[in-house]
Amino acid sequence: MKTSDLPAYVIADLIKTKQVSAVEVLEDTLERISQVDGRTGQVDAPEAKSEEDLSTVHAFTLVTEKYARQQAEEIDKLVKEGKNPGPLAGVPYTAKDIFTVKGIRATAGSKILSNYISPYSATVVDRMTEAGAVMVGKVNLDEFTYGSSSESSAYKPVTRNPWDTSRVTGGSSGGSAAAVAAGEGAISLGTDTGGSIRQPASFCGTVGLKPTYGRVSRYGLIAFGSSLDCPGPLSRNVTDAALVLQAIAGQDPRDSTSATTPVPNYLKEMEKDIRGLRIGLSEEFFRVTYFDAESMELVKNPIDEQIKDAVLSTAGFLAQLGADIVMDVPLPHTKYGVPTYFVISRVEASSNLLRYDGVKYGYRTEESFKDLRELYTKTRGEAFGVEPKLRMLMGIYLSAAQFDKGYYELALKARALMRKDFEDIFDPRGKYRLDALLTPTAPTTAFPIGSVYGDSVLMQYSDQLTATTNHAGIPGLSFPVGFDNESLPIGAQVLGPDYSEGVLLRIARSFEKVTEKEAWRSNRPPILSKLEG
Amino acid sequence: MTDKISPEDFERLAALASLELPADEADYLRKELNNQMVSIEVLESIPIDTETGGTAHGIPYDELNSAAPREDISHQDPNRDEILKQAPELEDGYIVVPDISHEELD
Repeated sequence: MKTSDLPAYVIADLIKTKQVSAVEVLEDTLERISQVDGRTGQVDAPEAKSEEDLSTVHAFTLVTEKYARQQAEEIDKLVKEGKNPGPLAGVPYTAKDIFTVKGIRATAGSKILSNYISPYSATVVDRMTEAGAVMVGKVNLDEFTYGSSSESSAYKPVTRNPWDTSRVTGGSSGGSAAAVAAGEGAISLGTDTGGSIRQPASFCGTVGLKPTYGRVSRYGLIAFGSSLDCPGPLSRNVTDAALVLQAIAGQDPRDSTSATTPVPNYLKEMEKDIRGLRIGLSEEFFRVTYFDAESMELVKNPIDEQIKDAVLSTAGFLAQLGADIVMDVPLPHTKYGVPTYFVISRVEASSNLLRYDGVKYGYRTEESFKDLRELYTKTRGEAFGVEPKLRMLMGIYLSAAQFDKGYYELALKARALMRKDFEDIFDPRGKYRLDALLTPTAPTTAFPIGSVYGDSVLMQYSDQLTATTNHAGIPGLSFPVGFDNESLPIGAQVLGPDYSEGVLLRIARSFEKVTEKEAWRSNRPPILSKLEG
Repeated sequence: MTDKISPEDFERLAALASLELPADEADYLRKELNNQMVSIEVLESIPIDTETGGTAHGIPYDELNSAAPREDISHQDPNRDEILKQAPELEDGYIVVPDISHEELD
């Protein structure tokens, strides 16, 4: 039996009931990686040119075969001894290369950390290990997670979308979404700062869950925007996302922003029905609003009609199951999501990036330098790519006294207004009393590689429908709802009040069950159909 | 439209960010920063009353979701040598820092 395309919960069950061993599952996963992944990412390696390069996924920056084998053997030993191997026993997973794992290279997709071996592990990684999961490798991302297409990584070739290898995976957790979609591990750990779990999940046809800020510990993540970063799972089905969240959620003494709020039983929550749930739709999420540089006016562009139709059809299915669909929900400050994100995320990123100096760890320039100052400027100039440079420069511009126009303070106020928008619609005594908001995850499906990269403003607007969630700190869950006429996956997201992950999982699971027999559910990434001949 | 960030501003920013940049890269980065400023300037048009406070966190923290601070106890990391090994230049267990730029005084 080949296990690479099975759900994580099925794999764990097969292992616990001794129908298959964890080592056999690992062998299947390694075989799949060798069939579909092609060249593993390397710093400054050539971009994809050959036929083979252009038709493979390139999700990985490192395959941790030896490490995975030790973990899998340990699980098999526990099973043999009749001990509990954990809820994710033997489940192969990948981690975005922004998570630290003790003894393993952690690069953040950057040359500046290309030789960094982490002396400690992220709390989420420890919790995955305790739950019995087996880490098969680190996967590619935008450099330091800065981007929405995974094209900015220093590790080349760029990761390609398994549904169409000429398209991007989305980002920044692009390697995670691609690996999961291509059966290279049942699960991946990603991070979401402005949409970086949900947008690639929608581009690659997977489930992606951004938990409430503080629901999952950030300890051991290489930091981007410390008030926005949220680790969470990507998976091929809703149940697996619930299983992983169960394993990784909960307070961590090593992260003072991790919440003590009790963790519910997500699997039980997920299986309840959705009758009577109030689910809203908002016009603000069916258009992209931006400030036009020529006319200096706010322009409102409707999103792709096919995406809108797929989301409305999703609402129709949910209504059939007894949910109340509430139309015309106002979220008037949504249009400020990206401008606010430009400010807050850059200011936070610039302070997080100043630690990389070529002195304590990481890359150091090979050129000669006359003093410490020159060591810094040469090392950082050589080893950071354009995205981290842009974010540092903008962060410093916005926060340095001599340039200050009060933008940071304005952004914090705009953030408070976006938070208030959500508080108003979720208020149980308010006018709308919503349990969740249903929206498209992204304004487009996966775009062609190279078509947006280089235009940092246009790229950022790929996050317009996701960024307000991060500003507000609330949870969001993206799930597949169909395909466009180019056979590219479409994702919808449900957003809910603080700590409402159980309800969001329930809505997505209900949709998954009611659409089980829909024709689009049997679509497979062409790269996998080819394997089957 | 005049650029918000002039070449002189950009030079100062690059110095603050400790980045040595080739001219063509600097041109590209400055252009992108100015494009981003067009988007950021929209914030100036938000009608914000003086009562509206800012928030640095979406989620409020209170006694219901916050842990008490940890006790402030120091402990020796067991991986001292592993951590030090990451430094590009070491001497007798110390990280070597190159000369700090300075001017000789008369």
